[in-house]
Parts: sequence; structure tokens; C-alpha cells
Amino acid sequence: MQDIDIADLKRITEVIFQKYRYDFRNYAMSSFKRRVLRILELKKLNVDGLIKKLTDNPGFIYEFLDELTVNVTEMFRDPGFWRILREEIIPGIMLNHKQFKIWHAGCSSGEEVVSMAILLKEMGIHQDVTIIASDLDTNIIERAKAATYSLKSMELNEKNYIRFQGTKSLKDYYKEENGNAAFDKNLLMNVSFRKHDLVMGEVFNKFDLILCRNVMIYFNQTLQNEVLKKFHESLFRYGYLAIGSKESLIWCDYASRFIVVNNEEKVYKKIKD
Amino acid sequence: MNKFNLDNSYKAVVIGGSAGSFQGMIKILSQLPKNFPLPIIMALHRLKHVRHGFVEALSLKSVSPVTEPYDKESIKKGGIYLAPANYHMSVELGNYFAMSTEEMVNNSRPAIDITLGTCAYVYKDKLIGILLSGANKDGALGMKHISERGGLTIVQEPSECMIDTMPKAALAVTKIDHVLKVDQIVEFFKELDKQYK
Ligand SMILES: C[S@@+](CC[C@H](N)C(=O)[O-])C[C@H]1O[C@@H](n2cnc3c(N)ncnc32)[C@H](O)[C@@H]1O
Repeated sequence: MQDIDIADLKRITEVIFQKYRYDFRNYAMSSFKRRVLRILELKKLNVDGLIKKLTDNPGFIYEFLDELTVNVTEMFRDPGFWRILREEIIPGIMLNHKQFKIWHAGCSSGEEVVSMAILLKEMGIHQDVTIIASDLDTNIIERAKAATYSLKSMELNEKNYIRFQGTKSLKDYYKEENGNAAFDKNLLMNVSFRKHDLVMGEVFNKFDLILCRNVMIYFNQTLQNEVLKKFHESLFRYGYLAIGSKESLIWCDYASRFIVVNNEEKVYKKIKD
Repeated sequence: MNKFNLDNSYKAVVIGGSAGSFQGMIKILSQLPKNFPLPIIMALHRLKHVRHGFVEALSLKSVSPVTEPYDKESIKKGGIYLAPANYHMSVELGNYFAMSTEEMVNNSRPAIDITLGTCAYVYKDKLIGILLSGANKDGALGMKHISERGGLTIVQEPSECMIDTMPKAALAVTKIDHVLKVDQIVEFFKELDKQYK
């Protein structure tokens, strides 16, 4: 396998920034490098070849983004987190708002969104919630809209659902179609999917709860700090932000405007404008 | 006497292990010299969806506590770190950790190759890599990277391993400086510690 150095990575991120206005210059180095190496291998290219293709072939950027982003996800990932949502966070929101808004930032293929819809259904408040699910990667958004997953992946999803202690069986929410689990489209009734780039994109709405789990791990600290600022602006005061179980905000400037609501499952609450 | 011909230039120790490595790991951690001067970075195969228990079990026996670091947490001298469940753990230039949820590598997440490979990139010849018992070939490539960048490589003596696939795979693909039993690895740590006193 070929190796690439920091200068190569810089050349690649510069081309993408100049030509397409995506900014990967502050992505975490080691995972970004692995993704680029993976693309070079997959497309049988060297760095010069990749840069040429990015320069000459505008359509290639979507394929590139799809391979570059890490889309691995699960339903009810970290079941303990989903229990806390059901038992503490969402009841907390409902004390003040009967109707509220959730943003899944970096929703990938939508497993997290379907999980949320199921949770809300089981709480009997599905119709009261507006959900926006966004990602940088347009291909993955199409997959999320379809809410159809391989039966193989359902094994893990079912296990997580059981540990989440849902009131039904996950099977009640999908039908088997051509070796896939096709989820009931009604679950996504209140969800609007949109393409949105957390790095270059503007703040576009205000929310009671933002989930951005396992997305900022791909950013360096500078970028984490910038994106946290946008989340802060996108939350109502006393709104909640949930990040991945191995992420932390403590090194961000804006962390002082939040309090930790649950340290184990990494849920924060905005307390200051 | 300096049996292993060590000096005090090393910056980190990275350890990989899988099936059958737990007892060895416990022995090493429980007999570690007090205030051992280098960070010890462990990538051990573990159940993907059990977040709790493993680090506590290691900590219980270890001379100093073992933690599962957060994304972007700085690496401290003397810190003992374990790759968390269901994340790959990399070390970045600037001496901090980075987590990722990329696809499994060698059927594993955390993958030993990723932790070893990124350590090799960052610490170059200032790294000691140790590979213990295990049932697949994860870690072999990582050991190769360590060796190629001038680091010191050690595998557990295959005859002592519960499952010897992992150390044997490393021996097959790269130069290994020492093939040691766990007791000798314990001695190795003591000797290494002396270089820094
Ligand atoms: C590992 S997935 C996280 C999925 C889910 N939240 C979870 O925790 O399982 C990371 C997602 O972040 C998206 N992403 C990466 N950079 C982004 C950016 N700048 N803006 C929006 N989404 C981004 C990727 O496309 C990918 O789908």
C-alpha cells in the first residue's frame, strides 16, 4: 500500500476547498489520512491522479465525499443513552414545550433517526415532534430516506433495542423485503432530511435537542470548537446537546455555556446565551 | 546489567492483545514499577458492545489506574490507556488520542493495527511495541510499521500463548527484536524503568 504525507493531504484539501467549498483542512489527521488512502486504493489512483480527477471531473466529488465520510452507524447505539433520553431528557423538554424540535446533525444512513422516531412513538408523542436530519454526504441522505437496512445489520440493531427496553419488538416496525428490513415510512412522517455541512454551513434553525454523535471525532480541536459555537447558537436556552460516548467538550471555549446533564452518556444542556 | 540494551530515549509503549492476553496483561500491569515514566497504550480486542467492566478489571490489578481516553485527550507520561469498546483509537501528531468509528479492521474495532500504526507514525524509533496472545493476525501489520520506523518490537513467546496466531503472524511479516515470556516482559519493564531514574 502506498503512503502519503502531510503535504499530499494539504494539496488534496486545498483543491477541494478552492473548487468545491468543502473544508477538510481541520479534520483529524489520522482518520482523514486513512480515508484518503482507502479512496486511492479503491479507485486505483495516486495522489496526483486523485487531484487531477477532482480538478477535471466535477461529478466525482460526490463519490469522493461518500467514500471519505465514515458512515458506520447503528440503531439505538449505546442503549443506555437512549434510555436516558426517554426517561430524563425528553420528559425534561416536555415540562416546558409540548411540541419541540430535534436536529440529527450527521445522521448518516438514518439509523439514529429511525431509533428516535420509534422512541417518540413508544412515548406517544411522535406527532408533537419536528425532526431535521442532516448530513454532508448526499448519497447517504438518500439511504436515510429509504430507511431500509440489511437484515444482517438488524441482528445488532435488535440487540440494542432489547437493551434499550423498548415496549415492543423491533420487528413490529419493519417488513422484510428482498433480504432487507424496510422500516415503516410513517416513522419518518415528521422528519425532513437536508444536506448540510457543519463546517461551511450557516445556523438555520433553533432546536430543543441536538444529537451530533460520533461526528466531531473526525474534527480537530479547532474545528470542534467552531462547530460547538454553531450548536450553541442553534439551541434554545436550556436545550440539550448529545455527543458520542467517547467525545468531550471540556477543551472547547464554549463548554462554559453548557452544563453536563449526564456524563456517562455525554448529554449537555445550554445554560447561557 | 542491561540485558535488553535499553536507554532512556523512548516516549511510549504500545501493547496489542486478543484471545488469551488478559492474564498476561494483568500480570504486566500488576508488576509494573511504581511511577513508570512512559505512557502505556493498549489496544486489546474486546466485546464490541460491552462498554463497562474491562477497564475496571484491568485497573483493579494495575499498579496505577487504567483509563479509556476521550477523543482528543492528551497523552500523559505514566498514563495507562485502553482503547474503548467499539472505537478505533489513533495517536495523533501533537501527542493526543483520536477516536473513530470506521469499518472494522481485521474484524475488530478497536483494531490493534490502527493503534500500533499511528503510534509508529508519531513516535518513530522512540516507541516500544508489544504483541501478546491472540487468535487472528491483527497487530502483525502494526508491528511491521513499528519495526520499519525503527521502534523496538517484542512478541509474547508463542509456546506460552493460549493462542499463538497473533505473535506468529507478526514474526512472519517483520523483524521482531525480542520473543519473551510474560515474566520476561515484566523484567523488561523493570529494566526500562531504571533507565529513567
Ligand atoms: C459515524 S457517522 C455518525 C452517525 C450517527 N450519528 C452515529 O453516532 O451512529 C458520521 C457522519 O458525519 C457526517 N459528516 C462528516 N463531516 C460532516 C460535516 N462537515 N457536516 C455534516 N456531516 C458531516 C458523515 O457524512 C457521516 O455520515
